[in-house]
Amino acid sequence: MEKDQIDPDFSVVIIGGSAGSLNALMQILPHLSEIKSFAIVIVVHRKSTDEQTLEELIALKTIINVKPVEDKVPFLPGFIYIAPSNYHLLFEKNRTLSLDTSEKINYSRPSIDVSFESAAEVYKSNLTGILLSGSNADGTLGLKAIQKEGGTVIIQDPKSAEMPYMPNNAIQNTVPDYILNIKEILQFILSIDN
Amino acid sequence: MIEDIELETLINEVYEYYGFDFGSYSRASLKRRVNRIYQLDGFTHFEDFLSKVRYDPEYYKHMVDEITVNVTEMFRDPAFYTVIRNQILPLLGTKPFIRLWHAGCSTGEEVYSMAILLKEAGLLHKSLIYATDINAKVLDSAKKGIFPLRMMKEYSENYRDSGGKEDFSSYYTANYGIAKFNDDLAQKMVFSQHNLVSDTSFNEFDMIFCRNVLIYFDNELQKRVINLFDDSLAVLGFLALGTKETIKYSIAPGKYKQLEREKIWRKIR
Ligand SMILES: C[S@@+](CC[C@H](N)C(=O)[O-])C[C@H]1O[C@@H](n2cnc3c(N)ncnc32)[C@H](O)[C@@H]1O
Repeated sequence: MEKDQIDPDFSVVIIGGSAGSLNALMQILPHLSEIKSFAIVIVVHRKSTDEQTLEELIALKTIINVKPVEDKVPFLPGFIYIAPSNYHLLFEKNRTLSLDTSEKINYSRPSIDVSFESAAEVYKSNLTGILLSGSNADGTLGLKAIQKEGGTVIIQDPKSAEMPYMPNNAIQNTVPDYILNIKEILQFILSIDN
Repeated sequence: MIEDIELETLINEVYEYYGFDFGSYSRASLKRRVNRIYQLDGFTHFEDFLSKVRYDPEYYKHMVDEITVNVTEMFRDPAFYTVIRNQILPLLGTKPFIRLWHAGCSTGEEVYSMAILLKEAGLLHKSLIYATDINAKVLDSAKKGIFPLRMMKEYSENYRDSGGKEDFSSYYTANYGIAKFNDDLAQKMVFSQHNLVSDTSFNEFDMIFCRNVLIYFDNELQKRVINLFDDSLAVLGFLALGTKETIKYSIAPGKYKQLEREKIWRKIR
């Protein structure tokens, strides 16, 4: 069964966050100029109505191409993907993304756990999960799944988070590879291509 | 938790024993749904689950009901309904008779939303609304026109955002936690079971809704189902999909014209 078909030159960084995470993202994304060997996926909680604004806001802050996520879009290195509001974002084995409107998880759709778990199944050790600020328990189970599949687990240092609850909850329930402040998270991402 | 290979076994067995083909459903979502029911029903060995599905038709039905995602809302995406209200209904209104089809209607929230729009436009009396789903349980519930009362605040906001001017609560009677929608809205509705994977076209329509159903299908099946809709749609008719779905990969360009930013396409030839 464990015939790992992971792609040698495609890794994925998936970032989850809730309250206070947008600020953190805004301190990371503008400093990335090009991502060659990996894709970035952003899953943040927000109201179902401010969809366009989040994508526009992020697109304004980065020179990396932000791909609008629709059902079954091709999933490729070099791009940023943002989970749309009101859908769970899932990863297919054939390098596409799909969407799902099933029940909210942790009061959230998109749920960070759902996307982390789904990405872990497909991208295994090529996946890095980063959990940022928030005041919700979402993300912890997802990080566990990433760890189980051999991926890398990074949690924002709660001291540097606007809302420490989410990172704290994850630290208490997982064994993270790194606990980093925002600057260090940026350094980590920058080092992936090298 | 079940493995990929077990999921494929389940798909094959279900096809062999019941003729239902889940083979073209998106695996990521399907696997989550099967795992959910596997855990909810307390299974720990895949073999036990599989033989229960095989030999107990009632359990099989229950499984199908549970793995289909039935989450829905009234006036979901108000901007979508605004376009229908302002641009589409005036066009459909010129016809002597209007036929609509809601494919994958779930518990009917979308169907009642549409009936309200038709009624307000003075068109309901000359409309016929077909509403279909594979899930018999949600169809039974849809027929009753009963929705949770606690949702009415959100739905009336959606209704208002879509351009609704009436008192939303005049459309239902509240009773013990449920909102029962008025019978006159349901007069022109016909509910029946229809499987988009295996059933064929059954009428010609002026507008077809299939929102947030195709996301559960792989590209191949999406293409087939969109062509089924194409076969079922009159020229100058409209096809409406969910906000993250598209006909782009399924239909020759030039055959349909998209309305603004909404996921509504008009068949132009
Ligand atoms: C998420 S609901 C969509 C409800 C509504 N259209 C909306 O957008 O709010 C998806 C529905 O598709 C139905 N469905 C799934 N597979 C189907 C099939 N093969 N044929 C017909 N309906 C199907 C499910 O039973 C479910 O009720």
